Order: sequence, then structure tokens, then C-alpha cells
Amino acid sequence: MSGIRFDGVSVAYGGNTVLDSLDLTVEPGEVMALLGPSGSGKTTALRAVAGFVRPVGGRVLIGDRDVTALPPHKRGIGMVVQQYALFPHMRVEDNVAFGLKAQKAPRAEIPGRVAEALEMTGMAAYAGRYPRELSGGQQQRVAIARALAIRPGVLLLDEPLSALDAQLRSGMLAELARLHRELPDVSILYVTHDQVEALTLADRIAVMDRAGLQDCGTPQELYRAPRTEFTASFVGNANLLPVTVAEDGAVFEGRALTLDRGRAAPGSTATLCVRPHLLGLGAGPNALSGTIAEVQWRGSTHRLYVDVGGHRVKADLPELRETPALGDRVTLHFEPRDAVLLGAGVSDG
Amino acid sequence: MLVHSKSGRWAAWGLFGLLFLPLFALPLLVVVAASFSTHWSGAFPSGPTTENYAAAVRGESLQALTTSLVTAVAASLLALAVGTWAALAAATLKKRGKRLMDALFMLPVAVPSVVVGLAVLVAFSRPPVLLNGTGSIVVLAHTVLVTAFAHQSVSAAIVRLDPAYEQAAASLGARPAYVLWRVELPLLLPSLTAAAGLCFALSMGELSATMMLYPPDWMPLPVRIFTATDRGSLFTGSAVAVVLMAATLLVLLAVSRVRTRASYR
Repeated sequence: MSGIRFDGVSVAYGGNTVLDSLDLTVEPGEVMALLGPSGSGKTTALRAVAGFVRPVGGRVLIGDRDVTALPPHKRGIGMVVQQYALFPHMRVEDNVAFGLKAQKAPRAEIPGRVAEALEMTGMAAYAGRYPRELSGGQQQRVAIARALAIRPGVLLLDEPLSALDAQLRSGMLAELARLHRELPDVSILYVTHDQVEALTLADRIAVMDRAGLQDCGTPQELYRAPRTEFTASFVGNANLLPVTVAEDGAVFEGRALTLDRGRAAPGSTATLCVRPHLLGLGAGPNALSGTIAEVQWRGSTHRLYVDVGGHRVKADLPELRETPALGDRVTLHFEPRDAVLLGAGVSDG
Repeated sequence: MLVHSKSGRWAAWGLFGLLFLPLFALPLLVVVAASFSTHWSGAFPSGPTTENYAAAVRGESLQALTTSLVTAVAASLLALAVGTWAALAAATLKKRGKRLMDALFMLPVAVPSVVVGLAVLVAFSRPPVLLNGTGSIVVLAHTVLVTAFAHQSVSAAIVRLDPAYEQAAASLGARPAYVLWRVELPLLLPSLTAAAGLCFALSMGELSATMMLYPPDWMPLPVRIFTATDRGSLFTGSAVAVVLMAATLLVLLAVSRVRTRASYR
């Protein structure tokens, strides 16, 4: 079993730092998602593990082995990229056998392991086809089978689902989750810009932005108690409101709100984060009154945009029987335990 | 098509015929007509006769055809090997190095081929490498002349080759040599065969450098055509020219069939 460790890894192209001293550990058998917008350095981090970029500083370890200076073919990784990169001149079975032949696996073993990998990804019936004869989803399965056939300790997935349409994507997500249950020893580094993929699949998520790590934790931790505004807005939806910390909560635009201020120092400014689906309509604790700016019907829910004291608050509510009209005055509320304070000064008390 | 109306399309075809036929087709048709003639003094040649062809496919002419084929095959294979190697090596260089390589390989094309012929003659007329008087000096000169085209065509194909294939192969544990042999070269095969065909055709038709170099026992077909017409045997020369065209086209046709079988995408 082997995990991955980034030890102060920096990557720069011509003086332009694209990854800034990343420290991150992927435990053996863990699925770690690198989540971030484009240009956040997440793909660079993955390519540093694969060996396609040479860090200007720091070390990359796979298991206990320092692989920083090793060429890609000596690293023992499996990798799947967005465009699959199946070899177009080889049949599916030859694509899957490629890694085994390249690594000089015993000849007698190869057919069995190819069949096993194709079986695992549900592609056994397509062994004799060429990649161009397969759909996008099927090509992706072959790419995964090809990476798994060499039984890597570490699997690198670089936006593997982003070339698929939405329906196929959710199916493949379930497939990937199943594959990981069948191969619990494989550590997976999963690069994506899609929060749903990260939340669904990952044991932990590393949130990346501007060439660095912003936050890292389990999906639940990041969703319920994000540490930064960036995490709050990138992982799930969030209302971010400027508040002043008070003894028993916070003050927003002159309204006193009750919530657990944790270690935030009273008097300091902070950002209040509350998820749109945790807001309720009508009077209640922590009421926020305002006027309706926009109403969107989303099938099972209504999304209301409410202007409260010059700030636009989003609320996702179960489908409403009576839809409020634009300009109506409404009141929203939230439970004290559903709000988090971000970026406040910390008190010792 | 840019022209949509029916009459416009007919006019375009007419104009194309008017320009194309006299410029490209007519000279070739004249050579074909001359190859079947005994003499040509009026508007049309007299004949027809197949005697010119009988002369064109035996004796010296047959030997010249064999010489040309051997030279062209050898030169294009050498050019392909050297050009591909250089193109693969240049792909790893930085921009300036790449430009330098390109310029270096284009040099023999930019320089008049007579000069290339003379240079090769002077360079290899003395020990330690004495090639003058042998067939290999012709092969060498042809290789120098056509390598540029092999290099250009393979370079362009390498630029288009998605690096994801190489990276996928490396991530699966394949050494660089294995990646080259099993992934990159097969994917480049269509371009390699196209380059080989181009080199072959160019070598088959090369005259000016060859004239500077050819030994008496290694006379390629274009030289044979030149000497025949120079001596006044215009119709025999025409027949030999048609044989040269046909041989070249046949080989190119065979190469293009390999190409269609080799293109995967």
C-alpha cells in the first residue's frame, strides 16, 4: 500500500509560479480530490506526481520512495486523463495489455489480467474493437481498465469525467466509487473543478486556488464548517455576509444574530457563511427581512434572491405553493447552528 | 464550393480546363504522343509505332531504370531514417534550436542542386572517403537533397501528435524506446509513408546534381533521357520519359495504399 506525499512542492514555468510549496498527504487507500478553478495548480500537482513536470523545489513521495527525480515510467502509477489518450492503432485488449507488456509481465499472465481489468470496467465485450469504434463513456472505461491492469499503488485521475455528458457522468461517478470499493488499497488522486464529483467520491478534498492549498478536509467538514470564504463559495453554494462579532453572536447591518461565535474575538469584523438551503421562509430565530429581487423555479425547489440591507441573500426553499412576487417583503431565518463565522480575529478567551 | 449557380459552376470548370489543360496536361500528352511516333514534322506526329518502347525497356535503358529505382529507394529510406531521427530529436529542443535544425536541413534545398552535386563531388573525390566513380555517390547526393522533405514532413506530424499518448504510455511504465517503437512511430506511419513517397518521386526525377556525379556504370533514367534527346533521339527519349513517369506513379500508388491502411484516425 502506498500513499502520496507532497513535501513543499513548487513548480514554476519561466519565473511564473504555478504551484507554491504544496504540503499534502494522501493516505494509503484514500481518495483525495484536488478541487479548484482552472489555473489553481491542481493539474500541475497531479503532473508532478506523474513525473511530467519537474518541481523547482520540494519532494514528491509515493509510499516511502522519493520519486522527485524519477522518470514517469519508473514511478508505478496509473493515470487517466480527460481525453483518454487511448492508442488509436491498437485494439481495446492491446491498449489494456500495453502496460503489462511494457513492464515485461510474464507472457502467460497477460491475457488473464487484461480480461480481469476489462471485466472490472464492464468492457469485456469490446476487447476486439478499436478505440474509434467506442463511445466517449466506453473509451473512458477502457482508459481506466488500462490504468488498473498494471495494478498501480497510486491512481491519478485528471478530470476524467469532464468530456462526458451529464447523465453519463453521474453513472461513471457511481462506477468509480464501486471500483474503489473493490480496490481498497489503491490511493486515488482525483483532479476536478466539479464540486459534485469531489463531494461524491472523495474521502478528503484539498481545495486549491491561486497556485496553493486553501483548505483540506472531509467533504462534510468543508461543507459544514469551511475555513475560508473561497472554500465556502467553491464547495457548495454560500451566502457570505459581512458582520461584526458580538458577545453572543454577530451583528449584521444593525440586526443582532445569535450564533456560536467560537473563538472569534468580539468587536472584530468577520464573514458570516450560511448555506442557501438552510434558510427558512417566515419568522424564526435570526430573522433577516428584505425585498424579493428575483424568483427562480427549479422544479423541486424555489431559489429566492432577497435584498437584505443592501446585500443579496440566496435561499433555496422546497417548492412554494404561493410564489412571492418581485418587490414583496419577506423574512428569512436560520438556526444558530447552521451558520459559520469566517476570517474573524481570534480571541484567547 | 464557393460558386452556387449551375451556370457559374460550369464556367468555373471551363476556366479550370482552359488553364489546366495547356499548362499541366498538354506537355505530358505531347510526350506520350511523341513516344509513339517515328517523326513529327506537321501538326500531328506520324506513326504510331511501339519501337521506341521496345528500345526503352531493354539494354541501357532497362539498366538505367533499375539504377534509378535502386537509387530512389535507397535515398528515400536513408532520408527517412535521418529525417525522422532529426525531427524526433529536434522536437525536444527549444525554439531556437528547432529553427537552427530546420534551417540546416533546408539548406540543400535552398542551394541550387548543381552546387550540391559539385560539393558532394569535391568532398568525396579524395581519401579517406573516396566515393567518386561509384554509385553510392549518387545515392548520397540524392539523400542530401531529399532529406529536407522527409524532415519537414515528419516534423510537422510530430507537432500534431498529441503528447498525451506519450505520457499515457510512460505512465504505464513504458521506457522511452518502447514508447517510440510501439506508440509514436506507428502513429507517425501515415506521415512517414507520405514522406517516403515524396522523397522517392523527387529522387526519381533528379537530374542536375546527378549530372555532376554519375559514373558510367550508374546512369539513372533522367540522365538517360537527357543524353538520348541530346543526341537527337527525341522519340526514344520520350518513351523512356513515359517509362520513368509510369514507374514513379506505380510506386507512389503502392505507397498511397500503404498510407490508407496505416491511417487510423
